[in-house]
Amino acid sequence: MKDTEGYMTADGRQIGGVLMELRNITLRFGGVVAINDISFDIREGEIRAIIGPNGAGKSSMLNIISGFYTPSEGELWYQGAKRPPMKPYEVARMGVARTFQNIALFEGMSVLDNVMTGRLTHMTAGIASQALWWGRARDEEIANRAVVEKVIDFLEIQRIRKTPVGRLPYGLKKRVELARALAAEPSILLLDEPMAGMNVEEKEDMSRFILDVNDEFGTTICLIEHDMGVVMDLSDRVVVMDYGKKIGDGAPDEVRGNQDVIDAYLGVPH
Amino acid sequence: MLYRTAGQFKTSYQADQALFPVRQDAVLLGLILLLAWVIFPLVASEFAFQTLLIPILIYALAALGLNILTGYAGQLSLGTAAFMGVGAYACYKLVTLMPWLNPVVAILLSGAFSAGVGVAFGIPSLRIKGFYLAIATLAAQFFLVWLFEKWGWLYNYNASGAIQVPNLEMFGVYVAGPQASSTVQYFVVLGVVTLLTLVCINLTRGNLGRTWKATRDMDIAAELIGINLMRSKLTAFAISSYVVGVAGALFVFMWRGAAEPNLFDIPLSFRILFIAIIGGLGSILGNYLGAILIVGLPVVLNTLPEALGLPISSATVEHLNIMIVGSLIIFFLIIEPHGLARLWALIREKLIIWPFPY
Repeated sequence: MKDTEGYMTADGRQIGGVLMELRNITLRFGGVVAINDISFDIREGEIRAIIGPNGAGKSSMLNIISGFYTPSEGELWYQGAKRPPMKPYEVARMGVARTFQNIALFEGMSVLDNVMTGRLTHMTAGIASQALWWGRARDEEIANRAVVEKVIDFLEIQRIRKTPVGRLPYGLKKRVELARALAAEPSILLLDEPMAGMNVEEKEDMSRFILDVNDEFGTTICLIEHDMGVVMDLSDRVVVMDYGKKIGDGAPDEVRGNQDVIDAYLGVPH
Repeated sequence: MLYRTAGQFKTSYQADQALFPVRQDAVLLGLILLLAWVIFPLVASEFAFQTLLIPILIYALAALGLNILTGYAGQLSLGTAAFMGVGAYACYKLVTLMPWLNPVVAILLSGAFSAGVGVAFGIPSLRIKGFYLAIATLAAQFFLVWLFEKWGWLYNYNASGAIQVPNLEMFGVYVAGPQASSTVQYFVVLGVVTLLTLVCINLTRGNLGRTWKATRDMDIAAELIGINLMRSKLTAFAISSYVVGVAGALFVFMWRGAAEPNLFDIPLSFRILFIAIIGGLGSILGNYLGAILIVGLPVVLNTLPEALGLPISSATVEHLNIMIVGSLIIFFLIIEPHGLARLWALIREKLIIWPFPY
C-alpha cells in the first residue's frame, strides 16, 4: 500500500511517498491513556514535527516509533510493510536513529568513539578478527572512521573529536548526539527536543544543521520541539497533540489557524 | 620535553588508529618489553621470580579479566576468585585426563571452561544491575568454592582434598610441578600474559569495546542505537571469565604448585578487585600498576627494616605492612579516584605540553 504520490513544499522540494505510517495507535499505562487512537504518516524526505503542550504524549509517540514502547493497539507500517513487535536494537538496525531529550551520550568515551558507536549497526567483523586487529575488523574500522569523519566535518566538531564527552558544554553535547545518530545513516531520524535549553545562537546553529542534514543527505526527520518559531520555520508538516489525542495535522500555516490548536495552547474559558 | 608530539603528523586514519599513535609511547613500551623479556630473566633471583615477577603478572592478568567486565562493560562482579578456581581445576583435570596435552595449550583451554561458567552466572545481569548483580556474583563465589570441596572428581579423590600440580614437560623442559625452574615458568607466564593483554587491547579499542562501554555508560541509549544488550553483557562475561580462568590456571600451575578450595575464597576476589580499582577501572595499563603496588609493596616493606638494620620483629612488620598498605590505598583513592592509570595519563598529558602550557 505504498503511496508514492508525494507533494511539493513551499520552498520547492519534492517530497516522496509514505515512509512510515502510524495507524490508530493507542498506548496505555495501566489506566492512563497516554496516546489515544492517533494516525499520521511520515513521508520520505520531509521534516515532520510533533508539537503539543507538556504531557500531550509526544515523547511517548517517539518512543513507539523507535521501538522503546510497544503500542497497546494499532499498527505501524514502515517502508511498505507492517512492523511486527520488535526490540529497540532491531528497530535501530532497520534504519531508525534518534536523539534524546535529556542527552544520552556515553560520557566515559571520546567524541570520536561516541560517534563511532553510531556505526555499530554497519559493522559485522567477528570476534576473532577483532581480537587480532587484522583483516575484516581493521578494514571496517578504517572504512567506518572515514564515514564518521565526514559527519564530524559536517557538524563542525573536528576540534573536539578526541575530547571526552563529559568535558563538553551542553550545546556541543547536543551536536555530538546528532552526529552519533547521523553516523548510522538512518532512513528516518527522530529528534526529541533538539533545541531544549539552548540560547538563540545555538538554536540557529542547530536549525541550520537540521535543514542541512535534510537537504544534503535527504534524511527524513521527525522532531519534537517546543519553540514554535523554530517548528513553524523548519517543518513541512506538523502533527499537533493534546492529552494523547491528535487535534491538528497539516502544513504549519494550516495548523496555526486551527481553532483547536489555538485553544489547546491558549486555553478556553469554561 | 621528551614527550613532544609536535611534528608527528598522521596522514591516514590507519596511522591515527595505530596502537601507539605517539612515538614515545611505543618506545616506552619497547623498553618495558625488553626489560621483561631480556633483562629480568638475566638478573632476577629465585626470590624475585617467586615473590615479585610471576605473581605480579598473574595478578595483573586476573585484574585485567575483571576489568573487562567491571571497568569496560560496567557489570560489578565479586566472583573473580571462583572463576580463577574454575580455570585452575579445569586445567588440573585436563592435564591428568590427557597427560600428553601441551601444558600451555591446557592452560589456554581451561579458560574456556571458566568462560562457560561465567556466562551461566552472567545471565542474572540481564535483569539486575549494580550492587544487586554483585550479590548475584557473590552466589557464584560461594557455590563454586563449595563445589570444589564437595565434588571429589575435580581433585581426583585426593585424600587431602587439594590439587597437586604434576611435573609437566614441554619440548623436553619442565614447565610446571616441583621440578620446573622459575625462569621457565616466568617465560610461560610472560608469554601468556603478553598474548592475552594484546588480545584485550584489541578487543577494547574495537567495535566490541565500544559496545561494552556504551552498555556501561548508558544502557537504554545503547539499546536504542542498535546494541543487543544481552549479547554485549554475555560476551563481556565470557571474555572476562576466560581471561580470569587462564589467570587461575597460571596461578596454580605456574606459581602456587598446589591449591585447596579455600585458596579461591572471597579474600582473593577482593584482592583482585582492589588491584583493578587502584590501578584504574576501564584501563589496561592500570591492572599492571595496581598489581605492582598490591603485590610489590608488601615485599618491599618486609625487606626494608632488615635492609636498614632496624630491629623489628617479623610479626610487627606484618602488622605495619597491613596498616601501611591500607592507608596507601586510601591515599591513592583520595588523590586519584580513577586509579593509577589516570594519574599516569595526567602526567603524560602534562609532559606533552611541558614547558609551555598554553
